[in-house]
Amino acid sequence: MVTTTAAIGAGTAAEPAIRVDDLRKSYGAVEAVRGVSFEVRRGEVFGLLGPNGAGKTTTVEILEGYRERSGGAVSVLGHDPADRDRDLQQRVGIVLQGAGFYPRVTVGEAVGHFASLYERPRDPAETIELVGLTRSAASKTVELSGGQRRRLDLALALVGDPELVFLDEPTTGFDPAARRAAWEVVRRLSELDKTVLLTTHYLDEAQALADRVAIVKDGLVVAEGPPRELVGEGARYVVSYVAAGRRVHHETDDPTDLLHRLTSDALARGERLEGLSVSRPTLEDVYLELTEDEPAGDEPAEGPRT
Amino acid sequence: MSAAAVLWRQLRFERRLFWRNPSAAFFNFLLPLLLLFLVASVYADNPAELDVLIPGIAGMAIMATTFTALAFNVTFLREQGILKRMRGTPIPVPAYLGGLLGSAVVNAVLQVALIVAIGNLVYGVSWPKDPLSLAVFTAVGVVTFAALGVAFSHAIPNFDAAAAYANVVFLPLIFISGVFYSAESLPPVLEAVATALPLKHLIDGLFAAIVGGADVADQFGALAIVVAWGIAGVVLAARFFRWE
Repeated sequence: MVTTTAAIGAGTAAEPAIRVDDLRKSYGAVEAVRGVSFEVRRGEVFGLLGPNGAGKTTTVEILEGYRERSGGAVSVLGHDPADRDRDLQQRVGIVLQGAGFYPRVTVGEAVGHFASLYERPRDPAETIELVGLTRSAASKTVELSGGQRRRLDLALALVGDPELVFLDEPTTGFDPAARRAAWEVVRRLSELDKTVLLTTHYLDEAQALADRVAIVKDGLVVAEGPPRELVGEGARYVVSYVAAGRRVHHETDDPTDLLHRLTSDALARGERLEGLSVSRPTLEDVYLELTEDEPAGDEPAEGPRT
Repeated sequence: MSAAAVLWRQLRFERRLFWRNPSAAFFNFLLPLLLLFLVASVYADNPAELDVLIPGIAGMAIMATTFTALAFNVTFLREQGILKRMRGTPIPVPAYLGGLLGSAVVNAVLQVALIVAIGNLVYGVSWPKDPLSLAVFTAVGVVTFAALGVAFSHAIPNFDAAAAYANVVFLPLIFISGVFYSAESLPPVLEAVATALPLKHLIDGLFAAIVGGADVADQFGALAIVVAWGIAGVVLAARFFRWE
C-alpha cells in the first residue's frame, strides 16, 4: 500500500519503504545491534556498509523476517516483518548470501517454479534475460559458475516482481566484468522504481550504486547520507607528490593556496614535484576513517603524512 | 492461488526432482526390493518365513522412504540454504513442508504396494486379508517415521555425517525389529529394546493385516505405540525445526 500521506503536507515524500528505529538484537549477552536507526525511501538504492560483524547482516535479516528483534521498531512496506505476512512476502525479493538451490533443476525450471509462488510474477524468460542467463537457461544449477549462480539468485529474487529487493553482498566472488553486469541490473531495478537495500563490502560498489548509505560499526550507525555528501563532509583535498623517492601527502581545505606555496617553493629550489596530484577523498577513505578501531593520532591539519 | 494448489505444485516439483537423483531412487526403491529378493531366495520353500518377510520388508521400506530419506533431505536442504531461500518466498510453510513430506509419502505408499504385489505374485503370500488395517498401519507408520526423520535431522550436524547418523539408527533397528525373521527369536534384551521402538509394532500390524487377517481393533496395542512415537516425532520436529 503506497500511502502518500497528504496529511503531513506538501513537499514530504511518500511513506518510506523501510523504517528502522532504535533496532536492537542480542544473542545471549552479546549485543549485535545496539540501536540502529535509518530510513529507506521508496525508489532509492540504499547501501548498508560496515566491516564483518558490524551487525549489517543481522539488521537485514530482521528486515527480511528471518530473525526476531530484541528491541526497537521496524516497518517494511508498512508491515512488521516479524509477522511474516504473506502480503509482504509477495512484494519483497531477497538475494541471500550463499544460499544454494536444488542441484538437479535447470535455470529455466527454477525461475519458472519460483514465478508460480507469486501472485503477479514477471515473465520467467524475460527475468532470465534481465540477469543475462538466457544462454544457460537449460543448464542444471550445479553446472553454473559462481557468477552465474549469483545471477540465478538475482533472477529468483526478481521473478516475483517485488517492490523492494534485498541484496546481501550481491557481487562477492564476481570477476570485474560480472560485477559491472550486476551493477547494470541494479541500475535497471532503480530505473524500474524498485527500492533496493544493498549490503556490500565494496566501497566502490556503494559509491557507484547507492543513492544513500549508512555505515554501521559495532552495531551502531556511525554515518548516513549520500556517498557524495559523506565524502564531502570532510571537505579535504589531498595533494601528493614524490619527494626523495617517497610519496608525500598533504591534506587541505584550500588546495589552491597549498599548491601555490608548494609549487613556488619547488620552483625556487629549481626542483620538480614528481607525480603531483590533487584528489578528493573517496568513500573508502571516509569508511576506513569511521570504522577504524584505534583513534587516529592527532595530525596537524596540513602536516605531511607519508 | 489456494494453499492446496501451491502444495500440489510443490509436490509435483519434488517428484520431478526425486527421479533425477539416482542414489535416492536406488536407496528408496531398489534396495528394499533387492533385499526382498535375496532373503526370499533363502526362504523360497518356507511359506511361514515368507509370511514374516513380506510385512517386514514393507515396514523397512516405510522407514527407509520416510525416516532415512527425510533425515537426509532436510539436512541437505538446510545445509545448502534451500530451506532459508524457500522461507523468503510467499509459499506457505505448510504447503512447502507438505510437498517435501508428501513426496516421501508417495514413495512409501508405492513401495508398500509393490512389495505386497510381489509377495503375492512371486512368493505366493496372500493378498492383504484386511486391507483397511493395512491402510491404517501404512498411514500411521508413514506419518510417524516422516516426523521422526525430520526430528532426527536436527541432531545431524552436517550432510557429510547424514549417512552415518541415519544408518546407526536404521540398520540395528531393522535387524531387531523382525524385518528378516520373527523378532521372537531375539535375546530378551534386544527384544525389549525393539518392543520399546515403533518399527516392530508397525511390522506386527502389517503382518496382522496382510497375513493374519486381524482387524485394526485387535492390533490396538501395536497401533497405540506407533501413534505415541508419531506424536513425539511431530512435537520434536516442530519444536526444534531450524530453517538454517
